[in-house]
Amino acid sequence: MTTAPRTLFDKIWESHLVDRQEDGTCLIYIDRHMVHEVTSPQAFEGLAMAGRKVHRPEQTLAVADHNVPTTDRSKGIADPESRTQVETLEANGKAFGIRVFSMDDMRQGVVHIVGPEQGFTLPGMTIVCGDSHTATHGAFGSLAFGIGTSEVEHVLATQTLVQAPAKNMLVRIDGKLPKGATAKDIVLKIIGTLGTAGGTGYVIEYAGEAIRNLSMEGRMTVCNMTIEAGARAGLIAPDETTFAYVKGRPMGPKDADFDKAVAYWKTLHTDPGAHFDATVVIDAATIVPQVTWGTSPEDVVEITGRVPDPKDARDEAKAKAMQRSLEYMGLTAGQPMEDVAIDRVFIGSCTNGRIEDLRAAASIAKGRTVAATVKAMVVPGSGLVKQQAEAEGLDKIFTAAGFEWREPGCSMCLAMNADKLSPGERCASTSNRNFEGRQGRGGRTHLVSPEIAAASAITGRLTDARKFQD
Amino acid sequence: MDKFETLTGVAAPLPMINVDTDMIIPKQFLKTIKRTGLGKSLFFEMRYDEAGKEIPDFVLNRPAYRNAKVLVAGENFGCGSSREHAPWSILDFGIRCVIAPGFADIFYNNCFKNGILPIKLPQETCDKLMKAAENGANATFTVDLAAQEITTPDGEKVAFDVDPFRKHCLLNGLDDIGLTLVKKTKIDTYETARKTAQPWV
Repeated sequence: MTTAPRTLFDKIWESHLVDRQEDGTCLIYIDRHMVHEVTSPQAFEGLAMAGRKVHRPEQTLAVADHNVPTTDRSKGIADPESRTQVETLEANGKAFGIRVFSMDDMRQGVVHIVGPEQGFTLPGMTIVCGDSHTATHGAFGSLAFGIGTSEVEHVLATQTLVQAPAKNMLVRIDGKLPKGATAKDIVLKIIGTLGTAGGTGYVIEYAGEAIRNLSMEGRMTVCNMTIEAGARAGLIAPDETTFAYVKGRPMGPKDADFDKAVAYWKTLHTDPGAHFDATVVIDAATIVPQVTWGTSPEDVVEITGRVPDPKDARDEAKAKAMQRSLEYMGLTAGQPMEDVAIDRVFIGSCTNGRIEDLRAAASIAKGRTVAATVKAMVVPGSGLVKQQAEAEGLDKIFTAAGFEWREPGCSMCLAMNADKLSPGERCASTSNRNFEGRQGRGGRTHLVSPEIAAASAITGRLTDARKFQD
Repeated sequence: MDKFETLTGVAAPLPMINVDTDMIIPKQFLKTIKRTGLGKSLFFEMRYDEAGKEIPDFVLNRPAYRNAKVLVAGENFGCGSSREHAPWSILDFGIRCVIAPGFADIFYNNCFKNGILPIKLPQETCDKLMKAAENGANATFTVDLAAQEITTPDGEKVAFDVDPFRKHCLLNGLDDIGLTLVKKTKIDTYETARKTAQPWV
């Protein structure tokens, strides 16, 4: 018997089917579940009220990241609400038998950086978290997506989710990236091409030479922002780069199990001739460093480009949205992006808070000085990233240049802790969302790569980092 | 979860595309460990000025829409984060139905878990409903889930699609976890088989 060619998504989906109802609704098994303090308290409360237990506590990992301070932690969390949330997570971990990486644990960090780092994230798995950037883990060829709190409760109680299968989209980046273009530029370009709703209803598989050539860190950056194109999950087929990253991770398979796992992981790729409901091909050569100008992640332009004109919008609704964005952002159509002066720089987040990102930013910062008008901060994605960076002397490079070197957490990506923009402040940020108020009420966000963020910190304006590269 | 059968009420027009979850409920309200009490913070930054005073022009502050039960919005409503605080705040305000040309996947899914009906309709139909909603307090909509039909203020009927299983759960106010636990044997069987085939998982 021959089976029809299947996509990577189809393979993972089918291997996790517990039940399929007559109407097509599926019950899928969830291998890994991560929880953080913001979207889990109501789920644990729901369990307690119904007298339910956690079905497989060992398959859930908890870590506080959104509310944690990035400054000295010895005095705890000043904000009482933030403190309550973090304490509630710890208490729920104890009550339900779930592992928690506490704030003083070296392994603490942004949940999407911690999972891969620990080998909790592995190829071929289904991985969920009450957080839309769970898409990050798709970089390992695992089906990973964000869920709401009701679903968090459902996973805790049953280790499954009720889902309808997604449609398949292939995004292929052919050829080699030009010098100076990064994984962040790839994904910003994709979002600009698809639009912020372009991926709604799909799981996106990223393929092509430029994707293959990315490190695991780069692949995570691409998959991370899949949700910004509307798709809940992004996937990259596992390969030798993936296996090398996973090998030896504390929670990953060891010895014979590892070899057995790799043999299975090697089957996780889209078969030739498999059907995609949509295909988008981008020539890598056209990907130059990108920056967002507006308040939707689809509002991208080349760093060397200009603020677009609402008159050129695709329709009236978009023109209106663009006008609102321009007013919010304090920009004028036609203005060169590199003329835009900034007040703040944020380097970090689940998008760009990994070791390679810090290395890239440090390579620009080295021997240079942050502009007097700019307050710049670097927030490592986890305690282990911080440790590694310090071992390489990156912290010294940053602090010598005038950057603040902080403790790990989500920080100013969403400004739930004390790190936020004041009204009107403009920030070059390596995070993932430029929504109105995202980094603080009235704050203005430009999404960029770590290289551009560092270069902009130096000049005080949005700056093409290629100027600082040999 | 409360059942959703029929809903009659004023519809508030919000003619914006890409209304994101940070707009629906900003981060400072995500620090709660409860599901309730978020209605007053719904659309916080559009609804209140920096001093915390109501912005009179914002639709939900206008007298006609203060008790709106339906929201009509633009394309890609609910994009952004997975925060269920977004539907919780909508529900707590008193809105139980959102109509738009498109929704972000996670938000759409979260609505059904909370007794909110998101209705996806073609752009032209939404434009018509948006116009009708602009008539304010006299513009009462009726949403009948069983019949899958919206009755507009001028009596016109608009049919809509909804997934049959989700419809069933909403009509009966069913608890998902309870339904899944009935299949516990299947889950156990799956786990046993997997343990053998993929011991590293």
